[in-house]
Amino acid sequence: MNNAQISKAEIVSETYQTTGSPLMDDPKMRVRNVDVFYGEKQAIFDVNLDIGKNEVISMIGPSGCGKSTFLRCLNRMNDTIDICRVEGELLLESQNIYDKKIDVVELRARVGMVFQKPNPFPKSIYENVAYGARIHGLTDNKVELDELVEKSLIRCGLWKEVKDRLDEPATGLSGGQQQRLCIARAIAVNPEVILMDEPCSALDPIATATVEELIHELSENFTICIVTHSMQQAARVSQRTAYFHLGKLIEVNDTSTVFTNPEHKLTEEYITGRIG
Amino acid sequence: MTDNSQQSSESLRERTDQRRAAALKKRHAAEKRFRWFGRLSIAFGLAAVVFLFTDIISKGLGAFTQTYVNMEVTFDADTLGLTPNSSEEEIKAASFGSFFKKSLRERYPDLSSRKEKRDLYALFTSDMPLILRDMVLADPNVIGTTQRVSMIADDDFDTYYKHSYGRDLSGDEKVSRLSETQENIVDQLVKSGAVEKKFNTIFFSNSDSREPELAGIKGAVVGSILTLLVTLVFSFPIAVATAIYLEEFAPKNKITDFIEVNINNLAAVPSVIFGLLGLAVFINFFGLPRSVPLVGGFVLTLMTLPTIIISSRAAIKAVPPSIRDAAMGMGASKVQTVLHHVLPLAMPGMLTGTIIGMAQALGETAPLLMIGMVAFIVDTPAGVTDPATVLPVQIFLWSDSPERAFVEKTSAAIMVLLTFLICMNSLAVWLRKRLERRW
Repeated sequence: MNNAQISKAEIVSETYQTTGSPLMDDPKMRVRNVDVFYGEKQAIFDVNLDIGKNEVISMIGPSGCGKSTFLRCLNRMNDTIDICRVEGELLLESQNIYDKKIDVVELRARVGMVFQKPNPFPKSIYENVAYGARIHGLTDNKVELDELVEKSLIRCGLWKEVKDRLDEPATGLSGGQQQRLCIARAIAVNPEVILMDEPCSALDPIATATVEELIHELSENFTICIVTHSMQQAARVSQRTAYFHLGKLIEVNDTSTVFTNPEHKLTEEYITGRIG
Repeated sequence: MTDNSQQSSESLRERTDQRRAAALKKRHAAEKRFRWFGRLSIAFGLAAVVFLFTDIISKGLGAFTQTYVNMEVTFDADTLGLTPNSSEEEIKAASFGSFFKKSLRERYPDLSSRKEKRDLYALFTSDMPLILRDMVLADPNVIGTTQRVSMIADDDFDTYYKHSYGRDLSGDEKVSRLSETQENIVDQLVKSGAVEKKFNTIFFSNSDSREPELAGIKGAVVGSILTLLVTLVFSFPIAVATAIYLEEFAPKNKITDFIEVNINNLAAVPSVIFGLLGLAVFINFFGLPRSVPLVGGFVLTLMTLPTIIISSRAAIKAVPPSIRDAAMGMGASKVQTVLHHVLPLAMPGMLTGTIIGMAQALGETAPLLMIGMVAFIVDTPAGVTDPATVLPVQIFLWSDSPERAFVEKTSAAIMVLLTFLICMNSLAVWLRKRLERRW
């Protein structure tokens, strides 16, 4: 009781400093003093975080804590929401992604995204994977495009399952296959960072296991930020874990530290099941 | 003590059971009542439709047949003053009117008075001399020979033969406008087997006429098609562009709210007002001609725009946001997202809305009256700038005519219009089924 009150007081203070080790040298993405507002309401308070190269960082926290909002700042998907306003500095390889000169199209080609609900285009499996390459003009001819589609599907472990029905509608696939197809679609344009917004919450445990394995393999080449509701998943797939609470980044540490020896009271309460 | 509480708990159980049973009975009754209300209203609607169709079909079916009289006509060279070698001008100048009357008179020598003769001539359509002339023009060799000619009966003859002849009708039911002499002639003709009813091709191949037996809907159908084409060409692109802009690109502010309210309002504005607007803008200000499908199409475009915009916006709204997210997340620009993903998914809904708007435009009369498409036009329009009328206006014109035969034609034209409407609406349903992606 007493502890909870103290921690609440800490949260309310505007100048809260994230505990643990949010910063690092030579990161892929650098987030400094970021605030996000929905109209009058502030959703994210002064977040500072570095995202390392080829690391998997998971973001956990209770519902409505702002972790998805934060994730969507990283490739400016929040731009599609009229009342959303982002302040602060977000750097991708030392380039401010909210700079007026940055073309959001190019940014999203470099920072891909996989959504909570599998959302393949209502087109063929082939077209789904080829779409990114087409709009960004990545291939010169059909042969190259075919190769790219095959390579992407192989990397997602989907090739064997779909190679005979590339022309069939992608929506005919199972939920887990659809989600892997969405990941194949995202990696087909060879992004630097992949953002995943609860990619397994609509999947059954077996499909979840497949996707988690895939994330593990992809982390060799890509930086992956994953938002998840499942602490077990965060523990399984990520090297670092960031805990959000009411729009503030409470603690960032190695995943093992967060789950075995959390520094902050709130983190501890969350992972032991007392919050959320 | 325990006994007592057990008893009260039992009585409580009993009371609960009773109350629940009573409530359940009430609920069932209410559901049954509701179902019956539904059935009743559907039955009422169906009855109205059946009544409408039986009434129109029973009245209009007659118009699809026409009475003809097969007669031997001798193209006497002397009477016509022509030979098979006569030139076209000579044939055109020849008096086929008196020739026609003479050949009829020769058939009925006992008709002596002027009135009786006039009655005889009036049994056939007034265009008969022209039809004979066209026969000769087509083949001058018929001169001097005797030909079997299928003569078109006058509308009074036609109506009498179709509805009254040989029936024991009395009083009001007897609708004959024929004189006694005429009835006798008809009787003779029928007995000799010369009279026959054939499918009325005139109704589909002719345009409007003062003579009911020569009046057809071709001009009105072509006018309707031209008008609808103009409407489609202008309304579909404008409406779809408006809907996409408002739904996907326009900032959500007071101005867009204001525009939205106005579009919804326009959908409810009486169509005659669009007619007045068209008259003021297109005809008076821009000086476009009156009574032409082009202006009619413009006016109907104004009228159908709100309908198509509203249904297109609904179709765009129905596209799941996850598809937009997916496209944006891939780095597609706003325009690419809309063109590649939103538009194909919204297209079935847009097309359905468009066809329904077109069907509405097809049935529209009032605005076209305002821009002069109500004129009596005998020629079939060849283009969008030729004076024309449209099906519903043709129906309006005929329904105003006193001749009994036009009553029939009115119903027949309504049947044609309804056929078009049913076809268009079926097309809308088919298109929606066909294009709708259930994946």
